[in-house]
Formats: sequence, C-alpha cells, structure tokens
Amino acid sequence: MRSETFIWAAVVAIFGFLFIPIAIILLYAFSAAPIPAWPIAGFTLHWFPDTWHDEQVREALLLSIEVAALATVMAILFGALAALAVVKMRSASREVVSFVAVLPIALPGILTGMALASYFATWGVNLSYWTIVAGHATFCTVIVYNNVVARLRRMPRSLTEASADLGADAFRTFRLVQLPMMASAIGAGALLAFALSFDEVIVTTFTAGAQNTLPLWIFGAIRLGQALPEVNVVVFAIIVFTAVPVLLAQKLIGEAGKMAR
Amino acid sequence: MNPAKAISSLSWRRGWVAVMSLLGLPAVWFGGLYLAAIGAMFVTSFWTVDSLSGQLIPGFSLVNFQSLLSGHVYIRIAERTIFIAAAVTITDVILAWPVAYAMVRLAGPRLRAAMMAAVMIPLWSSYLARVYAWRLILSHDGVLNWALSAIGLPNAHIGYSNWAMWIVFSYLWLPFMILPVSAAVERIPPSLLEASADLGARGLATFRRVMVPMALPGMVAGAISTFSLTLGDYVTPMLVGGRGSDFIGNVVYSNVGVTNNIPFAAAYAVLPLCVMGVFLLVARKLGAFDAL
Repeated sequence: MRSETFIWAAVVAIFGFLFIPIAIILLYAFSAAPIPAWPIAGFTLHWFPDTWHDEQVREALLLSIEVAALATVMAILFGALAALAVVKMRSASREVVSFVAVLPIALPGILTGMALASYFATWGVNLSYWTIVAGHATFCTVIVYNNVVARLRRMPRSLTEASADLGADAFRTFRLVQLPMMASAIGAGALLAFALSFDEVIVTTFTAGAQNTLPLWIFGAIRLGQALPEVNVVVFAIIVFTAVPVLLAQKLIGEAGKMAR
Repeated sequence: MNPAKAISSLSWRRGWVAVMSLLGLPAVWFGGLYLAAIGAMFVTSFWTVDSLSGQLIPGFSLVNFQSLLSGHVYIRIAERTIFIAAAVTITDVILAWPVAYAMVRLAGPRLRAAMMAAVMIPLWSSYLARVYAWRLILSHDGVLNWALSAIGLPNAHIGYSNWAMWIVFSYLWLPFMILPVSAAVERIPPSLLEASADLGARGLATFRRVMVPMALPGMVAGAISTFSLTLGDYVTPMLVGGRGSDFIGNVVYSNVGVTNNIPFAAAYAVLPLCVMGVFLLVARKLGAFDAL
C-alpha cells in the first residue's frame, strides 16, 4: 500500500512537470507587458486582436494550413496504399518494407532536412511551397501508414476471403469490407499527420525558401526577440486548437480498439 | 468477364501483382524522394566546394571527413550531442515507468482514459511553444528563480546551459516514452505477476525480474524516439542552450543556411545516420519495431 502511494505521488509530480510549462505559456498570452516578465504584472486581451490583424501572421497561418492539408492528402494516398500492400506481403519482404517505411520518423529530423536540401540543390530545384509540401509528406505518410497497418493487422484475413467466396471482386471487397474497417484509422492518421505538419520546424527550415510557415515565423520571432506578445498569442491559439483534433483522433483509435475486440 | 473481375482474379492468383500495383505509387514516391535524398546526401559528403565561386565540385574526396576528425570542436560537439541524447533517454525511461505502471495496473478505466489524454496533449501541442515556455521559465528573471527566492533558496543559473537542454529535451520527448512503455506493460499477462508473487518475489523483485524484461521492447521503441529526436535537433540548443552548447544539428544547419557548404554539412550528418542505423538494427533484434 505504501508503495502505491509513492507511485501516485510520482505520477502527480510528473504530470505537473508536463503541464506547468504549458499552463505558464498559456497565461503569458494575457500579459499586458510587451516583454515577458514574471510574475505577470497586468492582464489584457488586446494582443489577441493585434495578432489577428498582423499580415505576417495571417500569411504564415494560411501557408501552414495549405501545406498541412496537401501533405495530409498525399499521406493518405501513399500511406493507405502502402499499408494495404504490406499486409499482403510475405514475412521476409514485409520486414524490409516495414523497416524502410518508418525511417522518416525513426531517423533524426536534421537528416531528412539536410538530405532534402542537398537533393533539391543537386537537381537545381528552387526551394518553394512545393518543396515544403514534399518534405512534410514524407513523415506524414509514415503516420497514416502506421495507423492503417495497425488496423489491418487486427482485421482477420478470413473477412476478405469470405467476401471473395461470396463473389465480390477485389475492388468491391475493398469498397465494402476493407475501406469501412480502415476509415477511422485513416481519419485518425490524417488528423495526426495534419497536426505534425502544422507544427514542424526542423525539416521545414531546410525545405522552405522565402516562405514562412507559422512555426518558422514563431522561431524567427523568438530568435530575434521581436513581436513576443504576438508569439504568446499564436502559441496560445495553437495549443488550444491542436488539443481538439488530438483528442478526436484518440477517440477514433480507441473506438476502433473496442470494435476489434 | 469484365475487366474489374479479370484484374481481381489475376491479383488473387498472383499475389505479387496485387502487392506491386498497390505498392508501386508509394514506392516510387518514397524511393525517388526520401531514399534518393538520403543516398544523395551520402554521395555529396565526398564532394567539395569551390571556395571562390561556391560551386559544388563532384568527385571523391575525404577532405570533409578529415576536417571533421581533426577539429576538436566537432568531436566535442558530437560527444555532447550523443551524451545528452543518452542522458535524456535514461531520464525519460525513469520518468515513464511510474506513469505507465499507474495507468495500466493501478488506475480504473475512466482515470486511465484521462491519463492517456493527458499524455497525448503535450505530445502534440506545439513543440516551439513548449521550448519557448522553458526559455521563459529558466531565464534569469523567470518563474524558476522567482519560485526559488519565494521559498528562500538562492537563484539557479541553469538558463542557457547543457543542464537546460537536458531538462527541456527530457520534457519534450517524455510522452514518446510513456506511450510505448505503457503499451508494453499492458501486454504483460497479470498471471505472470501473480505467479511471481506466489513464488515469493516482493514488488520490487517482480518489477525488476518480470516487468522490466518483458517491457524491454517498449522501452527500446521509446528510446528510438527520444534518442533520435534529441540527436537531430538544433532548435532547442539555439533557444535554451545558449553559447557553447551547439549540437551536430547546429553545425549542419549553419553550414547549409549560412556558409552554404553542403558537402561538409552532409559529411557531419553521416554521423547521426550511422549512429541511428546501428541503433535501429539492434532495436529490430530486440523486437522493438512491433512496439513502435
């Protein structure tokens, strides 16, 4: 019994460690002072409209949403196709493919960024909107792939075989049996892929030209010590808005888990 | 027979047709961009740069690797990066266990779901926001020193230091360790723990001799994330590390962005590639890939 109390005390401390910094950064969005100082001297709401009307922030936000949406669409296509292929493969070749497929998230981000930068340079490709999307699509694909593969593995092969026995061709089986089973896994993967792309900074610095995604704008502002109140507001908005898709994705994965049992 | 039937019966009889037609598009995209880029980086690391025109000179030269090995700075930076990545991994293993254990073995279903959500939110909430939060907390007149002086302790000067990087990285990647470890703990059959208790093992002995070995793949899967993410970062060292705490990533970053010496940056990036390559092969042997 005493050891249980000890474990719970540790858990409370660890969750405090996880959430106190987030709480503090959320609080700073309401600080009246133009330079962050602690304790917060006065509170105001006026940084919110100021930030909303900042042209740079708007452009960066729009670019981030566009990039994340495009990268997610590509990730759904490539990730779902690859997952469908992998579950059909023999174990030896499956091992190789599933090893290679996770490299973009298993290898350090600096490698992906560096490799893509030098690759685009060798081909003479100018860094642009499209190079950002291409870079993001690599790791977003892995997220969708991982989610769909996990779902398909739990789905018994007998279901597709039964569908074939009942006279359905491969396309019909896909439409009526596999796709409904995969749908929520694709949805969860897509939400997480979008969130990952929206937040990415390590790879993006290497693949962006003159464009600023929202994280690049934040990074620049913090480094130069400029527009810090606006940084606080942007960060506040991001934390609040990403919590929603994440909890939704969590729910989708959880429900499917119950379904498979 | 209509074409859809023909295609599907062909793919049923010849399984590889189905696999190839599904895998074709992603494989071309993935191989042509990601793998080719990693390969190209490896090749570029043997190239040089014309110091006058700044043009890349293809060829085979070991000069980048020679200057890396002869410069003590670069060896120190590599040591620092790998050492902190290892320290962060160990810290996160230690912090992940109580949470994983409580979540799987002690909490009821509702509390467990709440704890799970509480781990997921920091995992996905803005990376830069969390680094920036720590920059404010650890700075000279930040929350930490304010709290310390409130309870009558002297100020801590850990802002902009290696200690700051250790704390911040451990903080950032902790959820990446908690998730696979708790998934691994969940897979341990409770009967094994009861058997261990029946055989006279106390709680700690059961933990050490049954739970830890059985959850090893989960810990290794988490370590892939924590180690790799620390190894490949340059933003956190820039924002909370301050002067004299460069990571491999910072050298790569400044050589690509500022001095435009891509071959040299590529050569330095080969080091984390090799370190992670070895790590991943060992991890696969330990069965960590199913837990990833």
